Amino acid sequence: MARRQRIFARAAVIAALLLVRSTSADVLPDDRADLFYSKYSGGGMDITGESATVRKKFTENIAVEANYFIDKVSGASIDVLSQASVIKDTRKQKTGTIEYLHDKTTYTASYISSTERDYVSNTASFSLSQDMFGDLTTVSLGYAKTNDRVGENNGTAWVPIIDWLGYAQTSSYTGGISQIITKNFIAGLNLQVITDSGYLANPYRSVRYLDSSNPKGYSLASQVYPDTHTSTAIQVQGKYYLPYRAAVTASYRYYTDTWGVVGNTVELDYTHPIRNLWILEGRARYYKQGAATFYSDLFPFANAQNFEARDQNLAALDNYTLGAKATYAFLPDGWKFFKRATVTLDISRIRFNYTDFRNIKYYGVPQYPPGTEPLYYFNATVSQIYISMFF
Amino acid sequence: MRCQPLLALSAVLLLSACNIQPWVKPYERDRLADPIMAWDRDAISGAYLDHIRESREGSRGATGGAGGGCGCN
Repeated sequence: MARRQRIFARAAVIAALLLVRSTSADVLPDDRADLFYSKYSGGGMDITGESATVRKKFTENIAVEANYFIDKVSGASIDVLSQASVIKDTRKQKTGTIEYLHDKTTYTASYISSTERDYVSNTASFSLSQDMFGDLTTVSLGYAKTNDRVGENNGTAWVPIIDWLGYAQTSSYTGGISQIITKNFIAGLNLQVITDSGYLANPYRSVRYLDSSNPKGYSLASQVYPDTHTSTAIQVQGKYYLPYRAAVTASYRYYTDTWGVVGNTVELDYTHPIRNLWILEGRARYYKQGAATFYSDLFPFANAQNFEARDQNLAALDNYTLGAKATYAFLPDGWKFFKRATVTLDISRIRFNYTDFRNIKYYGVPQYPPGTEPLYYFNATVSQIYISMFF
Repeated sequence: MRCQPLLALSAVLLLSACNIQPWVKPYERDRLADPIMAWDRDAISGAYLDHIRESREGSRGATGGAGGGCGCN
């Protein structure tokens, strides 16, 4: 499960930061409660997620939020089917957040604790958001520190034997500007630098190398990663209110890191409300990246390099996403102490294509010589449904 | 020495910023205040989608909306 929790913690931190940014710093958001269910199916994996969130203002200046997230993983990706048994695991994450509003500045502190049997992660974060220049500009800054303990299950999915492999530390620095350009147009710029150190490889993925003594023609070995990693990502985005009541959003992100990965992302989104009952949204996203410098689908011999990876995340790849989302206000005028309530259904379809990661799941003897197997690809479907109640 | 022009420029910009008059008046921001103009209306959902992407891609961060849950195994 390596990396998954680290990513989840970072996502939660960004969500907390977004919560601040989306409100403008003059007033804290409404009290609300959310119930969330998600399902991911793709690449041999099935993952369900369930989440509950409660947010409450105690004064006009102080709000707290608590979130509990549990996700269950079953199945096995291409990597696991190439070398190991199927996966069955549960991850539990607790998040506590406190916000303090002072004048035009909102301060946010949060703590995230996440556990699964082969991975433990704890993150502390702090961020602030400041309105300035006649409230035309909102500046956000954030810092997060994560400590992880990384393990590997060398037993089975049902009788686990966990070997603890090491620790990893992550520091994340974020900065963002949101700028009102005209009465119909708002622009944003986000920058994030992340540094990692420690055990950074995914223990469930392996390199492969040519080996004539193996009937398949290749053998598998452990990945060897550098123990440091620094990434920089910058995103520009714009949102425009159309002549009728609808909005279109465009964004571009450039990514680079010290492992040689360079990625480009473009995304378009169209949002269309219908009266005050529905908000419909459609989106398209395209992503493309180059491989890490120490990545290879097939090394010429064992220990061919100091650092070796065959993690599909580090391969050259592209993917595209089509998504649709519908929000329905089923209590537009409120009920008892609820001011309003909405239910949202969100479905995304993603196609992943790898240009130097081959599918060795079904091949090897003797249909395809090593290195000539078909390139790997798969489709994934992500479904989300959630209820939000504002009070 | 090379930093001095930059410092001077920054100081001028900061001082002039104090006098910036909002070119979009508060009463002209009704469209910007519409919920459909929020960067991310549902932070938890957005974070979940970003998490799924980051679990499958080499890139990470600066999404202005994050998302999660997908499994790297």
